[in-house]
Amino acid sequence: MHIMEGFLPPMWAAIWFLLSGIVVIYGIIQLNKLIKDKPEVKPTLALAGAFMFILSSLKLPSVTGSCSHPTGGGLGAVMFGPAITAVLATIVLLFQAILLAHGGLTTLGANIFSMGIMGPAIGFLVFKLLKGKLNITWVVVLAAIFADWGTYVTTSIQLALAYPLPDFGTALANFGTVFAVTQIPLAIMEGLLTGLIWDYIMKLRPDLLAKLGLIEPAKAEGGAE
Amino acid sequence: MEFKHVLMILGVIILTLAPLIMYSGLGEDEGYFGGADGAAGDLIMEISPNYEPWFEPFWEPPSGEIESLLFALQAAIGALIIGYFFGYNKAKYDDQN
Repeated sequence: MHIMEGFLPPMWAAIWFLLSGIVVIYGIIQLNKLIKDKPEVKPTLALAGAFMFILSSLKLPSVTGSCSHPTGGGLGAVMFGPAITAVLATIVLLFQAILLAHGGLTTLGANIFSMGIMGPAIGFLVFKLLKGKLNITWVVVLAAIFADWGTYVTTSIQLALAYPLPDFGTALANFGTVFAVTQIPLAIMEGLLTGLIWDYIMKLRPDLLAKLGLIEPAKAEGGAE
Repeated sequence: MEFKHVLMILGVIILTLAPLIMYSGLGEDEGYFGGADGAAGDLIMEISPNYEPWFEPFWEPPSGEIESLLFALQAAIGALIIGYFFGYNKAKYDDQN
């Protein structure tokens, strides 16, 4: 899911840097606004960031016999939307690129775009579409699953665009096989973990979720406030 | 803990263990349990053999051991923050009920 250092031609690296940069800057503005308007939600920001830190450090075996790790972006996407999640993802990706040589600095833009922007955007959309139609725990689970899948599909598209050999469709299918298939069971795992943590926040601090406009204020009584 | 949560945790455990059981006895030398990132890198070299990565990481963990250390550190930072949040709020919650 990370594109390795140096593996994107300079032109594509620049394009993804530009696109991600715009979203991350917008996300920083949104983040500052959120902290100013609702300082009490700060702990949930730390929580969403920490969740990404943990999940993206767990290299899990998948039924295809290869290993990959979840992104943890679904929780942030559901709570704060894709722009703020992109800022959180940037921190995680910088940590991994600089200290672990996992991902890279030249490919940072592309990796932010897939893991921090497209995945969370898809998760956010799924959450908005299904909210109120299902029990909210399962809505969150599905949002996280689709955020994870969205990330891998995006990475495959990015690689197929940079290496359309012999043609875009074939390359997409090949890269898709490497990533997306490995990721199907891992995404379900990520969804379940996200649902578990969501339920625990709902139990202890429903007021914070109500502040973010995610649940009805009426349901927010009885937490630890 | 609700029944739903027990099922969710079981699901996570089963999904993690299944591949280890399915490919039991096979390892990296047989091409199993390598990273998907590396596999994509290999695929690029395969379809575009003349491609030279044009940038190298500034610094790489000198060994697999050091890499595990840093990955564990990453997880620990995350776990500390989450543990603090839930611990703090759980104590307050128990206090009120």
